[in-house]
Amino acid sequence: MQDYIVAGIVTSLIAFFVVFGMVPQLITRLTKKNWAVKDVNRVGGAMVPRPGGPAILAGIILGEVSLYFLLPENNATTKGITALVVTTSLAFVVGFIDDRRVMGGWFKPLALAGAAIPIILLGAYEPNLAFPLFGAVKIPALYLGVIIFMIPITGNTINSIDVMNGIASGFMVIASFSLAIALFVMQNYPVAIMTLPLAFASLAFYKYHKFPSKIFPGDSGALTLGAAYGVIGIVGHVEVIAAIALLPAVINSFLFLSSVKRIVEHRQIKGPTIHTEDHKITTSKEIDAPITLVRLLVASKPLTEKEVGFAIFKLATFSGILAIITAFMVGVQLWPSQ
Amino acid sequence: MAQSVIYAFIGMMWSLILVGGGILTVLVSKISIQGYGDNLDFLIASGIKAIIAIVLVVLWVLVLLKLKNKIFQKQIKF
Repeated sequence: MQDYIVAGIVTSLIAFFVVFGMVPQLITRLTKKNWAVKDVNRVGGAMVPRPGGPAILAGIILGEVSLYFLLPENNATTKGITALVVTTSLAFVVGFIDDRRVMGGWFKPLALAGAAIPIILLGAYEPNLAFPLFGAVKIPALYLGVIIFMIPITGNTINSIDVMNGIASGFMVIASFSLAIALFVMQNYPVAIMTLPLAFASLAFYKYHKFPSKIFPGDSGALTLGAAYGVIGIVGHVEVIAAIALLPAVINSFLFLSSVKRIVEHRQIKGPTIHTEDHKITTSKEIDAPITLVRLLVASKPLTEKEVGFAIFKLATFSGILAIITAFMVGVQLWPSQ
Repeated sequence: MAQSVIYAFIGMMWSLILVGGGILTVLVSKISIQGYGDNLDFLIASGIKAIIAIVLVVLWVLVLLKLKNKIFQKQIKF
């Protein structure tokens, strides 16, 4: 147990301080290169450097590599860390390409499905889906599909909620800490500790991403966070719990897809929200604008960007609590499974 | 009001996941095929499990769509 505690503390510190120290330098470099985008929700529309993905990736990778040396030697842990590092890096590349050149709506889902292949090749999974109260179901053939779908879903889900200052990183802080607690509850200590670099890298990035943002994560940052989260769900055999902690973001994607009815790059559609005269956010009057979580939140009354962020964090905390409750329920079995 | 409706929707999604998981475990985990040889038995059983699981997921999405339309009826009439 002492090994796990030391590894957890060291990897958390590494992930946090790598991101915390790297972001200011990244902001300077991006500003010099004029890699910046307009913050459409800010009064006056300030230019904000983007992408912060390289700092997030560095924090997660260095944290995980340190775990590789710190955790007691174990084949499953080694495979898990390797899969996490490789798939997250590939997702970063996909996001970085999308940051630099606008790709079609299908590019990211397909490329992220490709990024999931190392998990299969490394065998860093068990073909079981664990459900609370009813036990696990073994689905060897279908589970490969679960892996291929899960990384594009978690990656794009976090990317699609990255709509305002601090939301993607703040949401990931809450979801990943909830997932880590759920894994501790289930006594899956190695994977719980593997979650900490993601949680602390997100926390350090949130310091710069929160309102008013000094940097945006970009697609490279959002896909890195989402893919790392998805790999942990698979490697830790907590796919269902990981999905529950992500429910507000899943609802956002679900509402968007069910209103747009096709996979499309968000830049290609009408904005779901507009600004009031006092620069609050309110719902768009366009009938064909997509329905999103933010649009629902501001449907009854206009909110400031900070208030919208806070409302989403409260929803994320609610689903995080449901995920932890679910982890407790996994230990209770009402039905004998095979 | 709008926010409490979203909390309710999250709660319903959670319940649907638990119920769907239960159905999947109870129905699918029991399926086994015998009489075609070990490899073919495994392949057929996997195929049937996969089809049932996909049908359940499609049903889950359809139920969610219905629930979404009911729950957000007022909110989505912008």
